[in-house]
Amino acid sequence: MNKLISRILGGKNELAQFGAVALLLLLVLPLSLDIFRLNLVGKYLTYSFVALGLVILWGKAGVLSLGQGVFFGLGGYCMAMFLKLEASDPIATKIQSTPGIPDFMDWNQLKALPAFWVPFKHLPFSLMAVIVLPSLVALIVGLAMFKRRVGGVYFAIITQAMALILSLGIDGNQGYTGGRNGITDLKTLLGWDIRTKHAQYVLYFVTCGLILLTILFGQWLLSGKMGKMLVAMRDREDRVRFSGYDVSAFKIFAFCLAAALAGVGGALFVLQVGFISPSLVGIVPSIEMVIFAAVGGKNSLYGAVYGTLLVNTGKSLFSETFPQLWLFLMGGLFIAVVVLFPNGVAGIGEMLKKKVLPGLGKLQTVGPMVTPKMATPATKGEES
Amino acid sequence: MSHYSASELWSIFIMQGFSGLSLFSVLLLMALGLAIIFGQMGVVNLAHGEFMALGAYIVYLCSEIVHNHLPALVPYYFIIAIGVAFLAAALVGLLVEWSLIRFLYKRPLDTLLATWGLSLVMQQSFRSIFGAREVTPTLPDWLMGSFKPTATIDIPINGVFVMGLTLLLTFAVWAFMYRSRIGLQMRATVQNRNMSGAVGINTKLVDRFTFCLGCGIAGVAGAAFTTIGSTGPDSGSRYIVDTFLVVVFGGAASLLGTVASAFGIAQGQSVCEFFLQGTMGKVAVLLLIVTVLMIRPQGLFPGKVRS
Repeated sequence: MNKLISRILGGKNELAQFGAVALLLLLVLPLSLDIFRLNLVGKYLTYSFVALGLVILWGKAGVLSLGQGVFFGLGGYCMAMFLKLEASDPIATKIQSTPGIPDFMDWNQLKALPAFWVPFKHLPFSLMAVIVLPSLVALIVGLAMFKRRVGGVYFAIITQAMALILSLGIDGNQGYTGGRNGITDLKTLLGWDIRTKHAQYVLYFVTCGLILLTILFGQWLLSGKMGKMLVAMRDREDRVRFSGYDVSAFKIFAFCLAAALAGVGGALFVLQVGFISPSLVGIVPSIEMVIFAAVGGKNSLYGAVYGTLLVNTGKSLFSETFPQLWLFLMGGLFIAVVVLFPNGVAGIGEMLKKKVLPGLGKLQTVGPMVTPKMATPATKGEES
Repeated sequence: MSHYSASELWSIFIMQGFSGLSLFSVLLLMALGLAIIFGQMGVVNLAHGEFMALGAYIVYLCSEIVHNHLPALVPYYFIIAIGVAFLAAALVGLLVEWSLIRFLYKRPLDTLLATWGLSLVMQQSFRSIFGAREVTPTLPDWLMGSFKPTATIDIPINGVFVMGLTLLLTFAVWAFMYRSRIGLQMRATVQNRNMSGAVGINTKLVDRFTFCLGCGIAGVAGAAFTTIGSTGPDSGSRYIVDTFLVVVFGGAASLLGTVASAFGIAQGQSVCEFFLQGTMGKVAVLLLIVTVLMIRPQGLFPGKVRS
């Protein structure tokens, strides 16, 4: 039992970091921001589920998926379909030519609810689908690709194509999916109005709670055999394979887990923002989600949360005041993170410790220096 | 279809076939540069589309200059503009290789992110310099209009021009890669970098040259596209996934594979778009490609090099 707790909470360092994140999310932000801004933060935090998944999948296992928007979208659409059906009861939609179906179906001359929408009348099914559907898609894709030892760049390109396929597919089937406008006008969850301030507060804290739980789960997972296996596979895949492990199974698991987390994020996004559209699913949002994880530090669960908050806050600040500058900044961020800060915000602290502090020491004490020798292989290791 | 006469059906068939061929040349033109950069060097250049857009903007710039200052050259400028587009894109490619790509050769996933960042920067630069609206260069008269071999068949000249240029460029790339000395060095470097270095090939220089060449070809592709459509800041990013799929689907290291996959995808897409509405045709083709790639990840014509 003690072992379990220590694996979940990690060492002193992790405990302090966890405390800091919990303090920031549960106390500092709610007390210092009005509900409009807090709702925005809540929206950003739903992306950090995707970033947390990417830390496990990309940072630890070394598999870069450019299609996490697909899973975010699938989760979001599952939730939105339930909410839309609840908002389209026959009384509220009695002016339609076919009452009881979502408004965009009526506009597209559909006469009955399509069969795949019917199960989404039930909340338990919808909630299950939020997790199961993305994982299932990830399982199929993962089985097909990892079993054939496809990885790296090819995997990234295929997943990017998936993001394009899903966004085009949703876009092209307006009658069944709401098309380009997405699913909008979501009102209540089992009669509870999600648009009120009170509901937004509740949803914000639910999101925070789930994020903190996810971080703890991630720490538990990564501190055990799974974490070691993932890192070993990332660094020397052939050796892991020669040791008799099924590499693909671990990769598939990581991919499914990341997909499920993204799905949860999507569902929470829909609950807080009140709509979902294909523009949140496509190539651009999917690759932006990667930068959230990269800015925070692709190896750090806490970094994922900070990275998401930083990039999104920067995005809304800049695109409000200097819209022309934002793309330059975003582009520069991609390049800088890759070239200068491969370990993101979380890595800057460590880099300071390793490089700057010994450097400062060098300025003060002129003596036999061991640090430059140690620093050289470290930088070489980063480049290769 | 029964109310069409036989000759009308024949005309539809010809024109559908031509539109498929037209799409084929567009896809091939886009993919040629990437077949070199990604297929040969393994560099994932997500800014490839922006190099095409750069070529297109250069043609637009040339057209503006010629029309305002040298009206006498109007009928001929387009040919020169293609050359300028090649040089400009190659030059920017050189700069990018020198300042960014060369540090990332061993980190393909990081290259992918960095070049995506580069593509954002380039897009915004286009927007700041040329404005957000799409631009079209004034084309010389000989590129306008269409052939009419019979009363019902209508074949646009610009389509034929793009097709001709594609053929020419494909042949040039093939001749360069398989018949020239530097092409030999390039292939040697791809197959075994250390051995190539050991026999005296300057592999770093070869890398730089190869990247430059790929970007230059992208510039030519962009220049050719100005004859069939307008150019906007985000024109390039619209094509990037298709371009990569063409190269991957063909088998990354094979030029023949790229040609074959561009042909297959183009014909598939034009048939699907005839039967399915709008974007769904494209979705069907993309799904098919992705499914095939999951079953056969090495593509249609896998290279013989072991990784």
